[in-house]
Amino acid sequence: MEANLHWIWIVLGVLIVVLSLAAGLIWYERRLLGWVQERQGPNRVGPLGLMQPLADVIKIFFKEDWIPPFTSRLIFVIAPMITMFTILMSFSVIPFGPTIVVADLNVGLLFFLAMSSLGAYSIVLAGWSSNNKYSLLGAMRGASQMITYEVFMGLSLMGVVMLANSFNLREIVEAQKGLWNVIPQFAGFVVFFIAGIAETHRLPFDIPEAEGELVAGYHSEYSGMKFGMFFVGEYLGIVLISSMITTLFFGGWLGPSFLPGVVWFFIKTMGFITIFILLRGSQPRPRYDQLLGYGWKVLLPIALLNILITGAIVLVIGN
Amino acid sequence: MISILKSLWIVFTHLFKKKITVEYPDEKIILPPRYRGRIILSRDPDGGERCVACYLCAAACPVDCISLQATEDEYGRRYPEFFRINFSRCIYCGFCEDACPTYAIQLIPDVEMSEYNRNNMVYEKEDLLISGQGKYHGYNYYKVAGTAIGGKGKGEAMNEEKPTDFKTLLP
Repeated sequence: MEANLHWIWIVLGVLIVVLSLAAGLIWYERRLLGWVQERQGPNRVGPLGLMQPLADVIKIFFKEDWIPPFTSRLIFVIAPMITMFTILMSFSVIPFGPTIVVADLNVGLLFFLAMSSLGAYSIVLAGWSSNNKYSLLGAMRGASQMITYEVFMGLSLMGVVMLANSFNLREIVEAQKGLWNVIPQFAGFVVFFIAGIAETHRLPFDIPEAEGELVAGYHSEYSGMKFGMFFVGEYLGIVLISSMITTLFFGGWLGPSFLPGVVWFFIKTMGFITIFILLRGSQPRPRYDQLLGYGWKVLLPIALLNILITGAIVLVIGN
Repeated sequence: MISILKSLWIVFTHLFKKKITVEYPDEKIILPPRYRGRIILSRDPDGGERCVACYLCAAACPVDCISLQATEDEYGRRYPEFFRINFSRCIYCGFCEDACPTYAIQLIPDVEMSEYNRNNMVYEKEDLLISGQGKYHGYNYYKVAGTAIGGKGKGEAMNEEKPTDFKTLLP
């Protein structure tokens, strides 16, 4: 009983912290984008504008839950749930601290990759069920982008797995006690970072929802809380990719002992979230074929070479 | 790759630049003195109304937001019986000020005129009249105009000579 209660607390804690962090990112991103453009950003609601996410959430909850009559009703409703579901499921394998992990799976990394692949379904189903040409175009772009980038997102992580000799994320973190993976696996880090941006379809790779070309892409027809779920899903994706980078390449909760591990994890994750937002503030969106060509012709060879070299070195040293 | 990192760094340094936003309701800006904002009716140095109700402002107004009715006092001096400006129509173009022959109607640098009720945007003469002279000090229309008016005969205006007795001009 006592142990069960402990797990319930961890699950609830992770859920609440992650969801409120994703909501808080609305404020963080808008404020940061404002600053880099020498504006103020939202600063009217509450101190420093910190209550802005609350106001947005209340507003979006009171919006009419409108389903356009020309859509495939069931799929239309399910699609935004898939985003939230897959991304929240991925959080269950991330070790936030030495003991704070919801599911200490021995195939945690594969579970994360599987869940992020499933996320492609939400885009495809949303775009298809909307019965709208812009949504369908966005969905097609999203599908091909995610399938492309899935390939070497997985491949770029194989070097990490070889170094740690495990798919378990907690063991991967513990294997970085001496040296963070970012140094021996720098190529893997770069490839994973770029693939992560494409995977969360964030700017500059927000091609499925390129508002200049496709209205709002696959979620053009969504409104109210169903749109809100896509929105929160996108921010959750940023948090997820940032915490995966922290876990896999920057030593997770490891850090000088004057701060607890969770705080180190949080600081590193926030750093990567900030880089994500700065990327949005600085980079233009590439063309669709440029993105796919870059993926297949540049990043895939780098990932494969990385595996080859890492494998050779591990083999030589291991013997 | 290098250029991407460089642009990231430039964007990062801009985080700490001074913000150019003027946080308006907390921090008022000083508008230039010739800014075209709220419309007022000014008075001459003696405290009388400058407006002579000539209707030129109403005629010049491109959106027909000015309406007035001319009348005369017991000295034969023209003034508006009512003068009404509908500021929900006004586009602040300043044509009325250009058209005004007596400097009576003027646009001043004040833009804070929001109302909750649309009817409150209609300003009557008592809302428009100010006690001062506005932008043109010392100008008194009736003191420079040649027309005879109650209290001022022919030839008594500023810079005006006495009327010539035409009989002395006869050969």
